[in-house]
Amino acid sequence: MTALLETRAVWQRFGGLVANSDVSIKVERGEIVGLIGPNGAGKSTLFNLIAGALPPTQGSIWFDGEDVTRLPAAERCERGIGRTFQVVKSFETMTVIDNVIVGALVRNTVMKVARRKAHEVLEFCGLGARADVLASDLIPSEKRRLEVARALATEPKLLLLDECLTGLTPIEAQKGVELVRKVRDTGVTILMVEHVMEIVMPLVDRAIVLDLGKVLVEGKPTDVVRDPKVITAYLGDRHAVGA
Amino acid sequence: MDSFHQRRRRDLFVAFIFAGLAALAPLFVKDVYVQNIMVLTLMYAALSQSWNILSGYCGQISLGHALYFGIGAYTTALLFTKFGVLPWFGMLAGGVISALIAMGLGYPCFRLRGHYFVIATIVIAEIGLLLFHNWTWAGAALGIDIPIRGDNWLTFQFTRSKLPYFYFALALACVAWFVTWWLEDSKWGFWWRAVKDNPDAAESLGVVVFNSKMGAAAVSAFLVAIGGSFYAQFVSYIDPESVMGFQFSLLMALPAVLGGIGTLWGPVLGAVILIPLTELTRSYIGGSGRGVDLIVYGGLIVLISLARPQGLVGLFSSRKVPAQ
Repeated sequence: MTALLETRAVWQRFGGLVANSDVSIKVERGEIVGLIGPNGAGKSTLFNLIAGALPPTQGSIWFDGEDVTRLPAAERCERGIGRTFQVVKSFETMTVIDNVIVGALVRNTVMKVARRKAHEVLEFCGLGARADVLASDLIPSEKRRLEVARALATEPKLLLLDECLTGLTPIEAQKGVELVRKVRDTGVTILMVEHVMEIVMPLVDRAIVLDLGKVLVEGKPTDVVRDPKVITAYLGDRHAVGA
Repeated sequence: MDSFHQRRRRDLFVAFIFAGLAALAPLFVKDVYVQNIMVLTLMYAALSQSWNILSGYCGQISLGHALYFGIGAYTTALLFTKFGVLPWFGMLAGGVISALIAMGLGYPCFRLRGHYFVIATIVIAEIGLLLFHNWTWAGAALGIDIPIRGDNWLTFQFTRSKLPYFYFALALACVAWFVTWWLEDSKWGFWWRAVKDNPDAAESLGVVVFNSKMGAAAVSAFLVAIGGSFYAQFVSYIDPESVMGFQFSLLMALPAVLGGIGTLWGPVLGAVILIPLTELTRSYIGGSGRGVDLIVYGGLIVLISLARPQGLVGLFSSRKVPAQ
């Protein structure tokens, strides 16, 4: 069986800046894959390419055995790619439940069914009690949860989480980790960008490290963190092992 | 979940009561001048409700809806005077033509965001106005005098009484309200609000942003054109300035802005306050007072944006009204 997601030699240039160069990664079904790397490594760009927010300059993106490189974001959502945004993008003038209904409408055209589905997802994400609150009244950690809930309501096969655990208190982050595990247990494959190593490393099955737009290393999280190339990328030459 | 459906049922119930009361109003109001104001109020309630679909719910602020109003008026008047087509069919034709034009214009314009879109709508409506000014077959600047063929519902002309117009305007306002009510709990309603709040997030959730805008534009233009057709019959004489002038674009937007943009009741509430107020100011100040009604609008808008930016609806409802 083919990988759920595959990028083949993807390049993205913004004018003279090369954000992604020759990135080829694979995500297998049922995995939690962490995409890590220092600031400016090209993680968010790669996310946007996979989600369809922008087309790659070169290369192709394959999802579920099909070439989706030229498909717009909405179409990819329909195919089963769900995403959250690094800077939360709630529908601020809508209630929490209405936010989630928008996502649920992709798979359910009957309003009552979509509403029921949205309530289920909210319960699952621990936001059930906040259903009728305006999204603009949520606290930051709840907004992050709402992002996840909204994406889950589209019933994705692959969920892209863009720094959904960053900037949370340790307790909130721990709850976030539990949520991510719970999502995976429902059969959703997860690709997550994350900065906070202590959180990501125990969570993911595999880590891919990007640096300067290229894939630097990939492998088990425990191996990746010990890799001299990774340490160099994060901390500079002087801290490399054995230097 | 139940509270949501309860609220919708309550809205519907309240609307029935209001419509019923309005329908009885002519029993008590015999003054033709006041009846005239009531007709205009209902018409603007309907127009503003329709404008609200594209600009309030979907967030694509249009200040060029006079174009669709004018096209509705002209289609009906031209079909009647040139080809003898009854206004009822003209009304439908005007609606369809306007919807098609709205989509045709939307195709390039919906790529524009924010202020650029607003400016495009103003410019396009002005182009329409100029075209009609110079279109000889359509009466050019002289306009069209709709010949009177006696009072009857077939030609939708009534010279002796305003009441038929009143009931039609009431029906139109009810239809526009009901369409909005119905769309609020539909896929389109949710898509539109999502597009307004955050198009990128909407797109990532499977909302086809472009199609949503096109849909909103079509529905909105269709309903506004019906209003334009009605107006042509009501005044029985049209010229470019009197059905396509910029003031109509403003008069469609203001009730919704005053009452609460993107809300179900905002346009009705805004029209009920604004239209009688301006009509009365105009008549009391007299002939030279043409600008005074505009000062009143301006003053009200300033007051509203200072005191209650989300519109007057917020004063009446326990439910939180989304701020703009």
